[in-house]
Amino acid sequence: MEMVTLTINGQTVQAPKNSTILEAARSAGIYIPTLCYHPELAPEGACRLCVVEASGARSLVASCVYPVAEGMVVKTNTPKVRAARRMVVELLLANHPKDCLSCQKSGDCELQKIAADLGLRKIRFEGGARKAHTIDGSNPSLVRDQEKCILCGRCIRVCRDVQGMNVYSFANRGFDTIVSTAFELDLGQVACSFCGQCASVCPTGAIVERDDTEKVWDAINDPDKVVIVQTAPSVRVAIGEELGMEPGSIVTGKMVAALRHLGFDKVFDTDFSADLTIMEEGYEFIDRLQNGGVLPMITSCSPGWVNMIELKYPELLDHLSSAKSPQQMFGAVAKTYFAEKAGIDPAKIVSVSVMPCTAKKAEAARPEMCASGYRDVDIVITTRELGRMIREAGIDFKHLNEEQFDSPLGTGTGAGVIFGTTGGVMEAALRTVADVLTGENLPHVDYNEVRGMEYTREAELEIAGKKVKIAVVHTLKSAMAMMERVKNGTADYQFIEVMACPGGCIGGGGQPVPVNAEIRKLRREGLFDCDRANELRKSHENPEIIELYKTWLGKPLGEKAHSLLHTHYHQQIR
Amino acid sequence: MSFVERTCSCCGGENPEKARIDAILAKYAGVKGALIPILQEVQSLYNYLPKDALEYVAKQTGTPISQIYGVVTFYSQFHLNPRGRNIIRVCQGTACHVRGGKNILLALEKELGIKAGHTTDDLRFTLETVACIGACGLAPVMQVNEDTHGRLTPDKLPGILAKYQ
Repeated sequence: MEMVTLTINGQTVQAPKNSTILEAARSAGIYIPTLCYHPELAPEGACRLCVVEASGARSLVASCVYPVAEGMVVKTNTPKVRAARRMVVELLLANHPKDCLSCQKSGDCELQKIAADLGLRKIRFEGGARKAHTIDGSNPSLVRDQEKCILCGRCIRVCRDVQGMNVYSFANRGFDTIVSTAFELDLGQVACSFCGQCASVCPTGAIVERDDTEKVWDAINDPDKVVIVQTAPSVRVAIGEELGMEPGSIVTGKMVAALRHLGFDKVFDTDFSADLTIMEEGYEFIDRLQNGGVLPMITSCSPGWVNMIELKYPELLDHLSSAKSPQQMFGAVAKTYFAEKAGIDPAKIVSVSVMPCTAKKAEAARPEMCASGYRDVDIVITTRELGRMIREAGIDFKHLNEEQFDSPLGTGTGAGVIFGTTGGVMEAALRTVADVLTGENLPHVDYNEVRGMEYTREAELEIAGKKVKIAVVHTLKSAMAMMERVKNGTADYQFIEVMACPGGCIGGGGQPVPVNAEIRKLRREGLFDCDRANELRKSHENPEIIELYKTWLGKPLGEKAHSLLHTHYHQQIR
Repeated sequence: MSFVERTCSCCGGENPEKARIDAILAKYAGVKGALIPILQEVQSLYNYLPKDALEYVAKQTGTPISQIYGVVTFYSQFHLNPRGRNIIRVCQGTACHVRGGKNILLALEKELGIKAGHTTDDLRFTLETVACIGACGLAPVMQVNEDTHGRLTPDKLPGILAKYQ
């Protein structure tokens, strides 16, 4: 790589020839504030917050798009630069609601932080009235408030370039410019997967998860209700981060303790039902493989992905595993098996789940998710919302003593916990499928072939003397490319895992912000550490799962399992 | 019912409008940057851009509908609502402003029962404002279709409008 040498704030910096001033500065540990810039998205140069003085330029330049040059002299902290930055932020704030104290994004808002960093004490300008926009709360997952939008365009870019969904665009012109869906329809009326990546990159409170914490408090405070909670695999490596700990911290035991402090009657683990999903999905795969079923079979536990295929590739729905996601399987088992076992009227159970995901809220709300006669899952909150509840309750999370999940839906294997990362569902399935097909207890559990962070990965494995070709994709854009291949017959795989979000659930739309590749990697390592530390590495070895089948469900793909644990998909027209 | 599925109301066959849009799309097939000319030609079919026509263009060209909406709302030449048979452009430029252009606009709004930027229910008139039409000597002025009417007073308006059906 050709390098150039430049000077930033008197410091000599080497940077690749094609890099920007911002990249060169950050690599040298020099901080330049940004708003529209996002390290994982194409730079836009829209907000002008990152302006610097650069030799050879007539005026201040936007460092996020301005390329470095040999011998360039850059100053990031001069009176002129500071005055320009303050002006940019003052003008943004002139049109921004001043309701920080009661804003859902307060504390995580990048605009708020920058205004504080710049020491703005007075906003000299008052903006003209911006066209009033109603708040879009048309769907179970995401809420948009246009008043808080600063037109940075990150949501447009992540939805277009990473997810390929193209839900948003800039509309209108000049002062009337807004970020808009087609025809300014609500998100619930356009082809949106509810993955929440827009909320994850939004620097302000303009796109946030729908906050359902009040519903959870109400349920907990209702003496007639038995409130149970399940926690998704990836929450245990992210909730600590939300509460001020290092990214990737494994806080399973503290999380369980915190949930009990909040007042949940039973604290269960979605890892348990991830293992259950592997039993059903694994046996479904073997059945398809041996009996000429539709292949490649594609995983169905990522609801953003399921929304996408129902919206864009309805002709491929037969490829989806009919197994419900772990969240929904948990709910179905909780209001039947657990209710029976504990002698509780299922009508009194409020089933709450803590998920890394905004699309899970929409999944739980699907009308068909009530095979037991009751809603599988009543309330879904994201990792961020759980963080909010723990803070509201004044729980000193870092210093909590570790506690154990309740039984009988609280034991999960290493296979269950890696569901939270890209490749994890595939790896978990392979562990069980290989044992079932060989009839042995194979020592091989680490399928390094399917691990990694590349958006599309594939491997050919030998399982029980048979060659099995598999693929793993994450992000919806990569999933679309894979679906095109399935359509034109060039995807000669037997099994494909798809997760909607970058990195899988660890990078989910409901996870702590900000997030980047490094943070996702740390969360993922946390999950693999949990897997390695677990004596049980295979779903079919989970004693609670064995007990469940033995005493209640019968066999995988059996009649009871079919009615409770499997679902069907249908085209969505939005 | 989507645009493509809609059948001809007289013969029950394929929507003839679809064939007209297909002809436009065929003309620009494979041409990069053709969205704006396509939209212009589709608009010339209807005088505005119906939602389902845009959805059809999006589908056929593989352009995201959100992006098409962005383009259509950016340029003032594109219209998302039906336009009247007669387009009134009332000048609000400097010269017209000082000679009472605002009163002309208000009188037109009252006469037609619509605000600027809107179309009467019977699709007879669309009322728009412009910044200058280069006829300052005749201020205050308005154009109806291609005709320019100058030295306007509110009481002259009903007589002028009556000429346009």
